Order: sequence, then structure tokens, then C-alpha cells
Amino acid sequence: MTPGVFEYHRPNTVEEALALLGQFGEDGKVLAGGHSLVPMMKLRLAEPAHLIDINAIDGLRGIRDEGDVIVIGAGTTQAEVLTSDLLAKKCPILPEAAAQIADPQVRNCGTIGGNCANGDPGNDDPAIMMALDASYTLQSQDGERQIAAREFYQGIYTTALADNELLTEVRIPTPAEGVGMSYQKIKRKVGDYAIAAAAVTLSMSNGQCTDAAIALTNVGDTALLPLAAADAIKGTSVDASAVDAAAEAAMAASEPVEDLRGTREYRTAMAGQMTRQAIVEALSRAAGS
Amino acid sequence: MSSQKISLTINGESVEAEVEPRTLLIHFLREELNLTGSHIGCETSHCGACTVDLNGKSVKSCTVFAVQANGGELVTIEGLANGTEMHPLQEGFYEAHGLQCGYCTPGMLIRAYRLLQENPDPSDDEIRVGISGNLCRCTGYQNIVEAIRYAADKINQAEGAD
Amino acid sequence: MSDAQEMTLEEREASIGGIGTARKRKEDARFIRGQGNYVDDIKLPGMLHGDFVRSSHAHALIKSINSEEALKVEGVLAVITAKDLEPLSLHWMPTLAGDMAAVLADKKVHFQNQEIAFVVATDRYAATDGIQKVVVEYEALPPLIDPKTALDDDAPIIRDDVADNDEVGQGKRHHPNHIFEWQVGDKEATDAAFEAADITISEDIAYPRCHPSPIETCGCVASMDATNGKLTVYGTFQAPHVVRTIVSLITSIEENKIRIVSPDVGGGFGNKVGAYPGYICAAAASIVTGHPVKWIESRIDNLSTTAFARDYHMTGELAADKDGKILAVRAKVLADHGAFNTHAQPMKWPAGFFNIITGSYDIPVGHVKVDGVYTNKAPGGVAYRCSFRVTEAAYLIERLIDILAQKTGIDKAEIRMRNFVQPEQFPYNSCLGWEYDSGDYPTALKTALKAVDYDGLRKEQAEKREKGELMGIGVATFTEIVGAGPVRNCDIVGLGMFDSCEIRVHPTGSVIARLGTKSTGQGHETTFAQIIATELGIPSDNITVEEGDTDTAPYGLGTYGSRSTPVAGAATARAARKIRAKAKKIAAHVLEVTEQDLEWEIDRFKVAGSDVSITMKDIAMAAYSNIPEGMEHGLETTDYYDPPNFTYPFGAYICVVDIDRFTGDVKVRRFYALDDCGTRINPMVIDGQIHGGLTEAFAIAMGQEIVYDETGNVLGASLMDYFLPSAVETPEWETDFTVTPCPHHPIGAKGIGESPNVGGVPAFSNAIVDAFAHLDVTHMPMPHTQGKVWKLLNELGLNK
Repeated sequence: MTPGVFEYHRPNTVEEALALLGQFGEDGKVLAGGHSLVPMMKLRLAEPAHLIDINAIDGLRGIRDEGDVIVIGAGTTQAEVLTSDLLAKKCPILPEAAAQIADPQVRNCGTIGGNCANGDPGNDDPAIMMALDASYTLQSQDGERQIAAREFYQGIYTTALADNELLTEVRIPTPAEGVGMSYQKIKRKVGDYAIAAAAVTLSMSNGQCTDAAIALTNVGDTALLPLAAADAIKGTSVDASAVDAAAEAAMAASEPVEDLRGTREYRTAMAGQMTRQAIVEALSRAAGS
Repeated sequence: MSSQKISLTINGESVEAEVEPRTLLIHFLREELNLTGSHIGCETSHCGACTVDLNGKSVKSCTVFAVQANGGELVTIEGLANGTEMHPLQEGFYEAHGLQCGYCTPGMLIRAYRLLQENPDPSDDEIRVGISGNLCRCTGYQNIVEAIRYAADKINQAEGAD
Repeated sequence: MSDAQEMTLEEREASIGGIGTARKRKEDARFIRGQGNYVDDIKLPGMLHGDFVRSSHAHALIKSINSEEALKVEGVLAVITAKDLEPLSLHWMPTLAGDMAAVLADKKVHFQNQEIAFVVATDRYAATDGIQKVVVEYEALPPLIDPKTALDDDAPIIRDDVADNDEVGQGKRHHPNHIFEWQVGDKEATDAAFEAADITISEDIAYPRCHPSPIETCGCVASMDATNGKLTVYGTFQAPHVVRTIVSLITSIEENKIRIVSPDVGGGFGNKVGAYPGYICAAAASIVTGHPVKWIESRIDNLSTTAFARDYHMTGELAADKDGKILAVRAKVLADHGAFNTHAQPMKWPAGFFNIITGSYDIPVGHVKVDGVYTNKAPGGVAYRCSFRVTEAAYLIERLIDILAQKTGIDKAEIRMRNFVQPEQFPYNSCLGWEYDSGDYPTALKTALKAVDYDGLRKEQAEKREKGELMGIGVATFTEIVGAGPVRNCDIVGLGMFDSCEIRVHPTGSVIARLGTKSTGQGHETTFAQIIATELGIPSDNITVEEGDTDTAPYGLGTYGSRSTPVAGAATARAARKIRAKAKKIAAHVLEVTEQDLEWEIDRFKVAGSDVSITMKDIAMAAYSNIPEGMEHGLETTDYYDPPNFTYPFGAYICVVDIDRFTGDVKVRRFYALDDCGTRINPMVIDGQIHGGLTEAFAIAMGQEIVYDETGNVLGASLMDYFLPSAVETPEWETDFTVTPCPHHPIGAKGIGESPNVGGVPAFSNAIVDAFAHLDVTHMPMPHTQGKVWKLLNELGLNK
């Protein structure tokens, strides 16, 4: 239960990191929080020849308000997300979710960039970023590009991130004041991935839902964005029947695998139930309802 | 296998060493430095027996490479007491019967040490969440919560008296 | 003579820190400073590390093992296979159950992750490097995973090595995959009682395969000293002396040339009773290489190879009259023991003490039949924080009586009251052969019902049901059988299950005591000192208790099955009494009176009706300086205690749960545990044991299961999946007690560590099933994961 041999690199700047990624290509692996990668290395299921530790890059850390967009550096830890006053005020779904990710020690290491870039359907941030319509900044020696979270995920552990690219920041359109949001997750215990989880954002005006997004965690090969679920509550007063319809749509979109967390049937039902709970909670937090 | 030189502060003392990059921090502490207080209970960063305090944060040293601690400041269970004077947490664990086999205890204590700095007056529920990354099979946690409460009260009273 | 004379009797009593005081633990001083000494902390000069190449298959022939590339890996010194161990006859080892178990797979593998080769290297990193390079070629065989198919005519034969044997250590068998058939009770009378009864109930109740999983895994450091031929093995052993004898028997090394040391052990819970291939391979590797060799199990290896528990597939039946009075009990069990019968029970008891299935109830007649079978799963069958198969028995009877209550419409507490063995019936002889020592079950349950306002809870439940909410109240009134045990019916490899204590009183009145048991967290250094303190009047702080080194400790059978206090604790009291008897002679000599003139008072002998006395401290000095003629100097003795009977701790537990009908999430609102463990040595330690045992019961009831897929892949063998609850999931515990001393134990103690696990699991299950009782649900499978509870909710349409 020990990792194989690798060369260790600890760049101080994004440029140095990109140069290393350019140099090593698929032989290089980025080490952020390490709590997905290092256990895999100990099991010798991952044996990268080069490990590029990005934890010394100050430029990758921090949460800033750029007016219409909130920018979170990829190296920002879940603990920092959890305790961010800015996020608590402007995008509280992120601290709410962070509290449900892993445990205190792991949150001290685990980063938002790692959670978003890893491509594990069990990660929680991808669904939230999809619901928030965030985009990721991907940088390489060849330049920089933006990609929507909604376009980023391709399959289990496969994403739009190229071997020579680094996800450097997450850009979230600043939610309008009064948007209600919630992340509801059912899991077996602290430290577990979700049996199912749902991220919901919704806007209310005069008792009508004017906008909504719903995304799901760990009930498919990637995080899911069932548009029909959001459509089911848009334009309604988000009454019981609308909530039911959204939950039904979330379930219809879910394709979980059976594992020790539960059967397909159960996990699908929980995708519906978490959707239901997240809508109710988001509604209670939204202005104008 | 090329080794790298690292220097760091452990329990207030400067340490320099040559380590292989793949050496996990827990193995560096236990096998190179003979600081065997921190333990190993799993490989997957779930049990928390290996918890140490690195740069003011609780981390699981089974999932951090020693090279990553280069330049860092580390506190382990061996550095918790002030000489022969027990830390209030150590006293609390003793007084409240917060341990049985003792295997998870060092990690639990080092986690609680940081918890009380993050939140000096935690509720019982906050303590439970705060130590949720440290598993114990013997105590059922109830006395651990009480032990941490004991230490928080003692520290707060001492500070109130200052 | 001293300050003590100025103290009151109460002050003197308190200064002793004896039985009944919540004395703080002596062992904590090192643990809270990180100065514990666990096996992985041991580092010897030149020490090497060994680890295993393990099978990827559940059932396969080994065509070849190629170590060539592994031996080229930097730091790898040796790759040991069964072929290498065969000349030493170490490739197979005898089990505690009379079977044989492969140390390293010999021509075939019998379960996934079975040990195939032992790679010895300079450090653990190099060992893992080497493991990656060993190539094993397999020819897959059909696996047998479901024990219910093990005895089919066309079932794959798992153990070719014993296929033709008509017994494998525990009596006649009738199929190559059959291990034993064990029956107890009067079948004819039981069947007749069922025929004649007004009411009968029957339920299939499985207790799934789970694992003790202490936070410290198993491991050892073996060191053969070539100069004197002495093998020292430091290891995670709950029973070090038994290990020494077994190592001697299988290696032919004389026992004086073997030293087994259990250093601090990070929890056992039954996991560390057995002998595992790692121990044998480390010892063999040390002999071969001339270096000390360390083997430390990984968590995955721990969960998937060493010491599973339970895996009992039971059918239980009760016959009763219309008033709910039980007339007979019947049980049939299929026991899955995995690929080798390595279950750790006293040898004459292939199903342990499962015939304690009568529980706390006065049942006239009963019959039990247990069949053990092989499957392509990890071997074991240990007692996970319980006496041997007692938790399975308690689970079955406590579930059955609830089902009977539902069938008869009698309240679940009331039906227990109607069936309890009454206080005046003790000693009580059960229909399945046990003599219960003492108990007062009605008082325990009445106290519990009052403490939780049981009637109020039932009223609240009825109101909630009206509103469609699910609330359950679980009652469990269990009786354990612990303290194995009387040598006439308990042995391990022929060794009687006595235990021992040696006490030496130093001239200045302090003490060292050594025992044959081994604390794995129970606090023996604290509590055994308290027994001696009370018996000898010497402050417990001046009493050192040592265990775990076979070179110094008297022979004992170790710590498991709640036997330390009932057996070694009794030996401790008796050894102390022998010393006190000698001390009395010395006191009479020094005070120039007769023994009849003396009476014992806390810490001294006093001449009756006078102020003249001599303290134990002064007697100790006299023992080395001023003794009666003809007496030997010194003040020390050893006691080997063969208990006349087992002890029967009992309790009444009540659990209240609320169930989320949409998610299946179960919230334990309240858990009240009343325990009666006889005389209470240290209330603080007892409460700690109960908290821990209840938490393990909670883990078992709510989530622990070692799951295999149909091809024999072990699923979820890491702490990502295997449920060790954190502080967040774990409920709060309320403890309470009654005291019914054990009549045959020198200080009246019965043992406590395992009661909460034995009684806790049915209390949780009963509470959860009770939430559905109004819908005619009588049982649901354990563990009660959210998914399983939801399945029932969904079937009943309650989640809409």
C-alpha cells in the first residue's frame, strides 16, 4: 500500500506548471489536494512518472468578486470555500455543499479545481457548477480557453481537459440577489460520495418561478443537468405538483449504477427526492416567493 | 530513485532530511524520525489516525508526501504537551475517559487541538462534526466529546482569567 | 503507626482506589502523549518488511508463479511461496477448529485476496514494488459464493485437500463442502410441542457477514536470533500464550525458545484471536533471512482476509400458547465459514454457545441444529465483540419474541415479562443445557420501561401512526453467556480455558501482577489493580499490572469472549486472597497473637476489640524480614482459575427511532441501556465499554456487511464503503445498571465488554421493524441501510 516511483515537481507559477505539463504530457499528473489521486497511487492503480504539485502556486488560490462574476482559483480548498464570507453572501450553495464533502481534514486539502476537473461522477462541485452555469478557465502553453461546466464532462474520468492543460479557475456568473439555491445530498456517512444529490437554483418573482436550474450528482457517468426538471418548475408557483413533476423529470434523467450505496431503483428515487428537497429548500430561501 | 532534500519545523525543532518523493509524510515521521505517535489505520484517508497539524491545518499524513511538507511547520502528538505539562486536551481525555485502546487518540487529539483554535467554544454537535474525520472503534465518541468540551472550558476559563 | 491512623475508615477506603471506584486509567499516560508502543512502532536493527501477493480469483488453480522479475526489483530479497514453506511443513497450518488452512496458496486459491506469495524487502515500498512484478497464472474454477448452494450435488468442491475425508475436525460430515453438523436439545419433544401449540411463528433471519475492523490492523515483527535459536514474535495477539503453543506445535521449536509479545494493541474485537498467514510467513522469513521481518496488514487486506464474523443464516421458530407463553424454541442454521474452518471457538463447540438461544426466557423445550459449510470466501467466523456465537443467538431470540408479540397482539415489553426466567428460579437450568448463574430480569426491564416512559412512547407512536409518520420502539432483554470457561467443556487445542494471575508484593508494599490475558483497550492495567487493591488494601496506584509477554506472564488463554474479568479477574482475586492468608499468618506472628484474634479492615489486620493493628505495607516488609519459623520468605503467589461455570450478564435496552419515509434514513432518537454485569469494578470503564459496544452494535445493525458478488469479488473492503460510524452518525447513549452479583465468582463480577454489542443489535433491529409493525411487517434484513429501509417503504407505498 505504497505508491510507485515518480519525479516530483513543485512549480511556483502557473507558467512553470504549464511548461511541465507541456513537457510530460500524459506522463505528468497534477497533484492538487491529492485525496483522489494519492490513494489510487497507493493501490498502484495510478503510477504517474511525474507529479506536478500545484499547491505552491499562490496565483491559483483565492475567491474574488469581479462584479458580474465570482472567480474561484482552482487551488482554493473546500475549507476555504466553506468559510468564505463572500460565498456565504453571494453564492451560499457552495459553502452548503462544501460542508457535505468529505471531512475537515480532507477539506483542508481538497480543492475546488480538483473536484471540478477530476471527472469522477461522485464529486459534488460539477453538478453545482452546471446548475450555476459556471465556466472553467483551462490554460496551456498554447493559450487559454473558457469552457462551460455544462460542456466539460464527457464520461467517467473523461473531460474536455487536455493532457497539457490546467484548470486554473472557476468563473461563476454572480447569482442575482434573491436567487434561492440549495444542495441536498444523501450519503451513508461522513466521507462518502452521494447516493444521490441535487443542486437547485431558482428565481421567483411575484410568486412565479422565472428561472431555474437543476443538476444531479452521482446518478450517471457525469453530473447531469436534466433540463426538463428545471422546465417543470419554471413559470409555476413551484407548488406541489410542479415539484413532483421536476422530481419525476430528474428521475427520468438518472442512470445510476447499482453499488453498495443502493440499487438503481433506490438511487434513482433518491435523485428525485433530493431534487424535491432542494427545490423546497431553495424556494424557502428565494426572494419573491 | 532520486531523493530530495527537505527542511521543515516539527514540534518547534528544525529538521532537515533527504526523502524519496514517494515517501508519505506518515512514513517519514514514523520511520525516519521515529515519531511513532501518529498511526496508520487505513490507506484511503478515511480513519484519521495519521492526522497531524501542517501549517496550521489538520491534515491526514497518509495522503500527503513528505516533500509536500518542505518548508512547513508541523505539530504532532509528540509536540502537544508543554514539557511535562499536559495540554488541556490531554488532561480532558484522561479525565473524561476519552480513550480506550489509544490507537486513534493521537490523531484525535491533534485534530481537536486545531478544532479548538478554529472554534474555541464549540457546541457538542460542532465537536462531532469537527472530529468526523477521525474514526474510533472503542469509545463511541461520547466521552471524546466530553473531553474536548472539558479542554475548551479549561482554556476559555484560563483566558478569561488573564 | 502512620498518617493512615488519623484517616477515617471512609478516607482509608477511598485512598485505596479499589473495586467500585471510577479510577482514572493508568495506561492513558502513555497514550495521550503518543508514547504507546504498538507493533508497527517496533523497529529492530536490520528489520525487513514482508507483504503478500494475493489472489485476484475466488477459486482457481495456480498454474505457475513467476518471481523472476520481482527478484530483480531494488530492495527485494526473497519471494516465498508454498513450495518454499513445504519442506518446513509450514505451507499449511492447523486451525483452532481442527481444520487445516493454507498459509500460502498450495496449487489452488480458495478465495479472493488469498495469500499466494510473501515478498520480503528492505522496506514496505520495495515490497509493494516487488509484489507488482510477481506473475501468477491461474486456471479459473467455478466459484461457490452462496452457502445455500454449498451442499448441492453439483456444487463445486472447494477443498480438494480434504474432499475424501469423512470429517474435518468437528464430527461426521456428509458432503465435500460440509464442515460439521451440530445438534443440541430434544428434537422429538420439541417437534411435539410445536404440533400441539396454539400459536407458532417462523422467520428466516440472516446475520450477515461483517468484520471487527479495529483501527489498528493485524501485524507482527518476527525475529529469529540465530545465536541462541530463540524466536521472538511481537504481534497483535489477543491470546499470546496460545500463539506460543501453536507456533511450537507447528514449527517443532521448543516453547522455551519462543517468546510471544503483545505490545499495546489497538483494539481487537475478536479480529486478533486467530493465527494468520502473515505471522507464519514473517517467522519463516526471519528464519530464512536471518533478519527481523515485519508484516503489517493493510486495511483492505484486513477487511477481506482476516477474521470475518457472523454469516449465520438462521430459521427460528417459537411455539406458544394464546397468552404468549413460549412452549418451545427451534432453530436451524446454515453457517458460512468460508474456505477454511478457522472459526475461533472452544474446540468442542463448532457453533459456539449458540444454544444460549433461550435468552432470558423460561422455555421448556428446544432444539437447535447448525450445519457449517465451506464457500469461496475468506475464512473465519470469529466472535466480533461477543462470546462465541452468542450475538447470533441473542439476535434470533430477541427478534423471534418480537414476532410472537405481533402475532399474539401482546405488547413487546409485556410478552417478555410473561416469559422471563424469574429471580427465584436461579440457578436456572435451560432446556438446551446451560446453568444460568443469577439474574433479575423483571426488575431490569421494569426499570428500563420507567426510565424511558415506555407507555408515553407507545402513546406517541400511536399518534404518529395516525399522521402517517414512522416511529419505532425497540426492546431487547438479552442474556449473555461469557467467561469461557470451565475446563471440563472448554479447550483450545486441548488447552483448558482457565486463566491466571501472578502477584508479587515488594518489601515496601507495592505490587506487580501479571496475567494471562491481554488488554486491547479494556484498561486491565487499571481495573485488575483495583481488584488487588481491595483484596490487599494496597493503593491501586502502587500496583503495576503487566500482560502480554509470554516470557514473564503466567500461562493464560487470552482476552476475548468477555473472559478477562470472569476468569483472569477471578484468578486475580484468588491470588490476592492467598497472599492475604499468608499475610495474616505474618501479622499474627508480628503482633504476637493468634490468627483467630485478627480481623481484616480495609488495609490492615487488626486485633479484634483493640487498637492494635498492622498494615499490609508493614506486613510486606515483615514478609522479607520477620516471618514465623518454617515459613518461606516473600509474599507472592500464582493462581490458575478454572471457573466452575460461565457467567450470565444481562440487560434491558430500549431504542427509539424515527424513519424518514421518503429516504429510508433512520434516526436514532434515544438509546437507553441498562446493564447488569454483577459487581462493578470501575463504573467509568464500564460506561466506556458500553458506549463503545453500543456504537459497534449500531454499526453492525445499520451498515456493516462484507459483500461478495456472484463471482466472489469482495466488494467494499475499504473504509470508503465499510461502515465505521463517525461521531456524526453515532447516537448519544444513556446508561444505567442493576447489580446482581455472580454467585460463583470470587468478587461477583460477570463481564461487560460484549453485552452492548449482543443486546444492542437486536434493539436497533427491533426498533426499526417496530416502526412498521402496524403494517404486519415482522422482519427485514440487516444491515438497515437507507436503501433497504426504502425498499420496504416503497413496497408498502409509504414513500408517496
